[in-house]
Amino acid sequence: MTEQDVALAARGIGVSFGGTSVLRNVDVDIMAGEIHGLVGENGAGKSTLGKVLGGYYTASTGTLDVFGERVETWGPPEALARGVAIMHQELQLVPALTVAQNVFLGIEEQRSGILRHTENIRLLALMEESGFHLNSEDRAGTLSIADRQKVEILRALARDARVIVMDEPTSSLGRDQIDHLHGTMCNLRDSGRTVIYVSHFLDDILEVTDQITVLRDGDLVQTVETKTQTKVDLVSSMLGSETATTPFPKKYRSAKPAATPLLEVYDLCSPFGVNGVDLTIGAGEIVGLAGLVGAGRTEIARALIGADPSTGTVTLDGTPFEARTPARATDRGLVLVPEDRRKQGLVMTMPARANLTLPHLRRFSQRGILSSRRERTQAEETIKTFQVRPASVDGDISRYSGGNQQKILIGKWLVDGPKAVIFDEPSRGVDVGARQLIHEAIAELAARGVGVLLISSEIEEVLGVAHRACLVDRGRIKQQVMTAEVTPADVLQQLFKFQSDSSLDVFA
Amino acid sequence: MTYVPVLRFCQTYAVLIMIVLLVIALTLLSDSFLTVPNLLNILNQNAPLAIMAAAMTLVIIAGGFDLSVGSIFAVGAVCSAWLALNVNPYFGLLMAPVVGLLLGLMNGIVITALNVHSFLATIATSLIFKGAAIVISDGRLIPVRMDAFTWIGRGKLGGVFLSIWVLLVFALILTFVLTRTSFGRKVLAVGGNADAAILSGIRANRVRIATFAIAGLAAGLASAIATSRISMGQASAGTGFELQAIAAVILGGTSIFGGVGAVWRSVAGVFLLALINNGFNILNADPFYRDLTTGLVILAAIGISSAGKKRDH
Repeated sequence: MTEQDVALAARGIGVSFGGTSVLRNVDVDIMAGEIHGLVGENGAGKSTLGKVLGGYYTASTGTLDVFGERVETWGPPEALARGVAIMHQELQLVPALTVAQNVFLGIEEQRSGILRHTENIRLLALMEESGFHLNSEDRAGTLSIADRQKVEILRALARDARVIVMDEPTSSLGRDQIDHLHGTMCNLRDSGRTVIYVSHFLDDILEVTDQITVLRDGDLVQTVETKTQTKVDLVSSMLGSETATTPFPKKYRSAKPAATPLLEVYDLCSPFGVNGVDLTIGAGEIVGLAGLVGAGRTEIARALIGADPSTGTVTLDGTPFEARTPARATDRGLVLVPEDRRKQGLVMTMPARANLTLPHLRRFSQRGILSSRRERTQAEETIKTFQVRPASVDGDISRYSGGNQQKILIGKWLVDGPKAVIFDEPSRGVDVGARQLIHEAIAELAARGVGVLLISSEIEEVLGVAHRACLVDRGRIKQQVMTAEVTPADVLQQLFKFQSDSSLDVFA
Repeated sequence: MTYVPVLRFCQTYAVLIMIVLLVIALTLLSDSFLTVPNLLNILNQNAPLAIMAAAMTLVIIAGGFDLSVGSIFAVGAVCSAWLALNVNPYFGLLMAPVVGLLLGLMNGIVITALNVHSFLATIATSLIFKGAAIVISDGRLIPVRMDAFTWIGRGKLGGVFLSIWVLLVFALILTFVLTRTSFGRKVLAVGGNADAAILSGIRANRVRIATFAIAGLAAGLASAIATSRISMGQASAGTGFELQAIAAVILGGTSIFGGVGAVWRSVAGVFLLALINNGFNILNADPFYRDLTTGLVILAAIGISSAGKKRDH
């Protein structure tokens, strides 16, 4: 270890946005040829530090040495020129271009400005070398998130990156794909490259990293060797006290799921991959949808509320719900908390208050005129319930951390007593504390008699929060299990079995 | 770190700051500028355009563009003149906004039914409306020399032209609608993030249609005032108003990406453009430089309002 070169040496790094300091006086050494984890609660500054190291943000204070050389100006082009690339949490590809065009964007082979169209050939060579396989002609916009990540990694490799920063790369991946990504990271390390791995999944960090840097509230806690750490160690240094709770949230259950069906779904089909779903949710019941990536869970949710056109019958609270549209669904009290808070969930140009009341404007207005006093009162209440930081009703949510944005997103749907709520990945990209709050909110809803459909890529979350789980494969519910009776391993095994069964179907 | 608030302030009030600077400069350069008649004249002359810009603000905030308001203005002009001559002058004045509203509604329905960008759809409807105006007027001028028709364009109330009162009331109503009503909130949400708005149960298409209807209504109202003032309806009226209105909205710092903006700033944008014009007139400056100057001012305003946005990506 001592003989290794230092790839990146940061000293006294500080970052502030709009007067708020998010990172203070951080010293960190990233060794060449290691996988270095950055962990911390949401808002601790792990993502910001990753972005500073990767050249996406410029630090307000401090110095940075890259492979022994002090850098003066530091931005994406300078970082790339020195072999440092960053893979963003929200992937940044050009959707209309092909995989190959994206990978070699800006570094195409050319002769006096005229492209030579060698990208496909170059990509084949690169894929051969790195062990990734994608169809070079596919448009980036049509790829799954996992494949898009591969494109990002290939893009970094095409630029001969020696250091790759990965910011929450696993947040939208299924278990199998995470394992694959970890394999990739190890390959990168074995070929002498350095990976900086920013994640809130501590198991993942522990599994694959060599060193871990822990941050808390913008301060450096420590950099430690991974093999000396356990999850409990990490959580307690993240939270700053030895009394830290368990790394996994407590299981919340409402006392007794009622027998009366609240939401009944029969033969739900949509052209986006829902192929005949039958489902019943009782009042006060939490039903989980578990499945591998691409199983069609989100699509089921979208079909239910009418965001996608669909066929089949849906009965809500005893009356049929026909001609489904999101507006009618909201009126009837069937709501979806979408998975992608930036694209589908929040209006970033509006303050926290306006986002919180958006689905319930009728309640805050009289003859079309809004009562800003009532709005403020409600917003203050929600912000307090969910402990949103900063706790300002007029806060600019585009500058909030992911966890706090998620709290606003969930809070906005619970303002107006819905009958049934669909949560799509409610705790993606949030820290332990926020996660617990969200799970508490879900359990409390169910206790009030609301029906909940919980979609999550984390099987532990489905089993921990839901009463009953539906296993989804290719737009169908293949099996239902009582969550108290199964283990995550059982479920995962079952899901993989469905998948291999259906791949057999293709050959049959 | 006082940089960000200062920049925000400049972005919000850029158009006012520029107006103040221009007023100071023109006052120093000419005695005839800062006089009540001159200022009232500027306001009066530009009231129709300002009414259209105020409504255009809502269209742009909701994420659209309306290139047909100039043509709606033309239809409004010939309709009101024709109806005034053949039916009743009051009816003619009343019908201009009504016709505008209907044409705007048509724009909105076409855009949402065909699911095309409003930019493209309104280029097409603009030609259709313009053609209709020519057909209605039979390609001729329609003179209406009746006091019952010209009062709204030429009359005064409390020493101030009626058109200025109409503008004031209209702009205040739209400001109220945008900032205090649930419809205004929906406009901001649809423009800020249409997907999120739809998933929040907002009927985004209806909101968009309504913004186009309001823009049409405003164009009709503006044409009633302008036609009444010159006592003449003609199909070539309103040519180029759509671009001037859009320029004023952008000058006022409303984002062309939607979601952010204010009505009063668009009205201020119209008057900034008008002051530049007026400055050329009262200073007897070479009018050859007028467009050039106007273009540079618009560029500067866009520069200020987009500064500091790179980080937000």
